[in-house]
Amino acid sequence: MPRWLAHIIVVILFAALIALAFSRVDYVWNWDGVWEYRQKFLQGFGVTVALSVASLVASTLIGILAAVLLGSKHTMLEAVGRVYVELIRGTPLLVQLLLGFYVVASAVGLENRYVVGVLVLALFSGAYMAEIFRGGLAAIPQTQRDSARAIGLTPWQSLRLVILPQAVRLVLPAVAGQFVSLIKDSSLLSVIAVSEFTLAAQEVNSFTYSTLESYLPLAAGYLLLTLPLSALSRVLERRYRYEA
Amino acid sequence: MLLDIRNLVQCFGTTTVLDGLSLQTGGVRALVLVGPSGGGKSTLLRILAGLDVPVAGSVAFDGEQLPRDEPALRRYRRTVGTVFQAYNLFPHLTAMENLLLPLMHVHGLTDLEARARVREPLERFSLADHAHKRPAELSGGQKQRIAILRALVVQPKRLFLDEPTSALDPEMTAEVLEMIGELKDHGTQFVLVTHEMGFARRVADEVAFVGDGRVLAHGPPAEIIDRCDVPRVRSFFARILS
Repeated sequence: MPRWLAHIIVVILFAALIALAFSRVDYVWNWDGVWEYRQKFLQGFGVTVALSVASLVASTLIGILAAVLLGSKHTMLEAVGRVYVELIRGTPLLVQLLLGFYVVASAVGLENRYVVGVLVLALFSGAYMAEIFRGGLAAIPQTQRDSARAIGLTPWQSLRLVILPQAVRLVLPAVAGQFVSLIKDSSLLSVIAVSEFTLAAQEVNSFTYSTLESYLPLAAGYLLLTLPLSALSRVLERRYRYEA
Repeated sequence: MLLDIRNLVQCFGTTTVLDGLSLQTGGVRALVLVGPSGGGKSTLLRILAGLDVPVAGSVAFDGEQLPRDEPALRRYRRTVGTVFQAYNLFPHLTAMENLLLPLMHVHGLTDLEARARVREPLERFSLADHAHKRPAELSGGQKQRIAILRALVVQPKRLFLDEPTSALDPEMTAEVLEMIGELKDHGTQFVLVTHEMGFARRVADEVAFVGDGRVLAHGPPAEIIDRCDVPRVRSFFARILS
């Protein structure tokens, strides 16, 4: 059986299961009320896309910087990288958002909640990116660095021509996976009143009292963003699978 | 080449791998290093190839001292070629791209010049049909022959070969050794670390036995392999050749 057919069958079975569950609880659908607010959903979706793209770029840059710190021979720099990564990965994003917005941003006079949201999200995701990048660099065997030196490459040429092209291939699937998490994590920005997709659904729910009709489109919207990324991650994984 | 090594010392942590190693050769084209594992052969070769700097001692090829600072060592490495046991090739590049990389990025040739330079050697060693393949698609023997070719096409003064066949099965070993033999016939100078005693006997102008971090004996192959009066060397060959 081809893989795509298997996927379709599983999706149908899963949908049937959900439909069965709904039929047993006699849920009364009220899509009309929610449909009135479709513009709000679209706006929220747009904001989520924009926030995600911005944090994605920022978290990649932060991840690279932190990976350099983690790999530093300088004890102090390495410590900065390590403490950052462990603090961020060990605490809830919710707490980081509240601290970041109500304490840090207020203290420095940064009032734009969108900018603060992107920054906190990027710092959060950057800690995971840093570990991915560090792992990718560490996975390149010493013999590759030796060979690069043996043919007379400078350290910078070795990084650019030998180490990075291999490391990028290694980390791309994991990075795509991290981007998926990042998109979903952006839903938490609703707690600092950023009008993104999730906040839109919450508001529509409070206007219409149609909870599922408000949140099911939310799930569908996130899938619309994350499924292509997951697919991309798998394609990359397959394309770059070669042994040394 | 005239090789003059004096009192070489190399340590890794608290382990002393080379313990005052000295060796002076006459004008040899092929020097083969043999001896027990962990005796210091590869450590010595890495120093000769300009990849590591010894803790103490000096090395001179044809009267020229090896430098100790990295920029000068890099310039030196560009004049020689080095091949390791395995994983020499860059897996993300095809065999051809592996050959072109040092020519273009280190030696300043254009793409056209570099391709012209590698065409004849690829033909000569029957590797032209494999040039478009990634290392993962090549056999172990093909990989090592491409690696040797990559070291060769920059027209180095000499090659350093560190057990180039130890990761290969007998058939591939034969194919790589044949290539090295042919290089010698064409005048390429090299220092080779190997456990293939039959090949050492055939190809070496001089054999140096490295054990316990020193050169315990050196001379023409037959003298070292068959008639050495150093007990440590004699017992080594008695064991592996019996």
